[in-house]
Amino acid sequence: MVTQAYAQEAVTPAEEHVTVDGTTGAVDATHADPTADTHATTEAHDGGHSDVFPPFDPATFPSQLLWLAISFAALYLLMSKLALPRVGSILEERKARIDADIAAADASRQKTDAAIAAYEAALAAAKAKAQGIAAETGDAIKTELATKRKAVEADLASKVTSAEARIAATKAAAMSHVDEIAAETAQTVVTQLVGDVSADSVRAAVAKASKE
Amino acid sequence: MAGTDPIHQFVIEDMIPIHLGGDGTAGSGLNFSFTNSSLFMVLTVAAITTFVLLASSKRSLVPSRLQLSGELLYEFVANMLRSSAGKEGMKFFPFVFSLFTFVLFANLFGLVPYFFTVTSHIIVTVALAVLVMTVVIGYGFFRHGPKFLKLFVPAGVPGYVLPIVVPIEIISFLSRPVSLSVRLFGNILAGHITLKVFAGFVVSLGALGWLGWLGAILPLIMTVAITALEFLVAAVQAYVFAVLTSMYLNDAVHPSH
Repeated sequence: MVTQAYAQEAVTPAEEHVTVDGTTGAVDATHADPTADTHATTEAHDGGHSDVFPPFDPATFPSQLLWLAISFAALYLLMSKLALPRVGSILEERKARIDADIAAADASRQKTDAAIAAYEAALAAAKAKAQGIAAETGDAIKTELATKRKAVEADLASKVTSAEARIAATKAAAMSHVDEIAAETAQTVVTQLVGDVSADSVRAAVAKASKE
Repeated sequence: MAGTDPIHQFVIEDMIPIHLGGDGTAGSGLNFSFTNSSLFMVLTVAAITTFVLLASSKRSLVPSRLQLSGELLYEFVANMLRSSAGKEGMKFFPFVFSLFTFVLFANLFGLVPYFFTVTSHIIVTVALAVLVMTVVIGYGFFRHGPKFLKLFVPAGVPGYVLPIVVPIEIISFLSRPVSLSVRLFGNILAGHITLKVFAGFVVSLGALGWLGWLGAILPLIMTVAITALEFLVAAVQAYVFAVLTSMYLNDAVHPSH
């Protein structure tokens, strides 16, 4: 490379001179321009190649700095004005959507909880009511039964007492008839045995006997 | 021509010559030519822009793989900056994102055979590091005025230690752009030279017949392994560059430690 460059360098001035000398001005101008260019670039390369390690070659610094500035400024502008806001808005939209969905889900859950609580309260109230009704009915039935039983018992008791009274009366009546029967029996017996006897004397004898 | 020359890959060649100033003689004036380095800077920017714009073109709620990778890149840099510089540091997000992606894509492009590695030239890494420090110092003074100098006076340090601590802080601050640029440049340069040297062994030994083919196996394995390592280095160096930038920006946002 180095030798090639040197060779070219050595050749080109000679060529230039030849063309300047040998041809017309117009042809000379068109011919001279490209060779002058290659001449300059090969020389610049020559310096870079031969003595300096390319990354430390100051001759390349202006070009690198200029193009770095241009490209990095372009990158910064493209990123800050166009690309990053786009990505950022996508991420924000998604976050907003997710947050809204979570909030909606939370609201639904709270509604469900409220519904469950209301249902449970209603159920508890109904249960309490049912229990109240059951207790009330039970009590009513009990009191009714108790009154009926009392009435029946009272009825029975009065019947028993009246019956007892009648028995006592009958018994008393019966007991009062015992003397008469005894007197009649005794009169009959005495009549059979002795003949006629006055009823009064028999009755007195019976009374005397029953007293003994 | 320079098939196994490990330095040839760093040579900058003019593609569209642009010369300003000077008297027309070679070497005079400034060379602003569009070079192979410029081409890969432009390609890097084009690739990043294409990637991010394509990834965000569909705007779907459930992302495709491409969109997800773009979003991951975005969130990765955003989280890195937020954890280092806090919420106030997020105004530098486009800057840090541009730096990270530029260095990452330039490093990765450099690993493609025959591609030029933009970050293997110290002037590029120095320029990026100086840009970072300019932003840090500029924003620090703009935001905090002279209070920004508190950066060099750590809080809670007793007065008699300050004559020692303050120069140390200043030196460490001044060494930041140096370490930032040389770290990236050195890693990329050394990796590419090593890769080229081992690959060159394979070519040289392969020319020696069957025994050379046998001997070329070891450098070939090394080349494959170093290529893998270089992919790691390319990503890690971009990450390190961006993380350190975030931390330096944190100093600009919150100077009193």
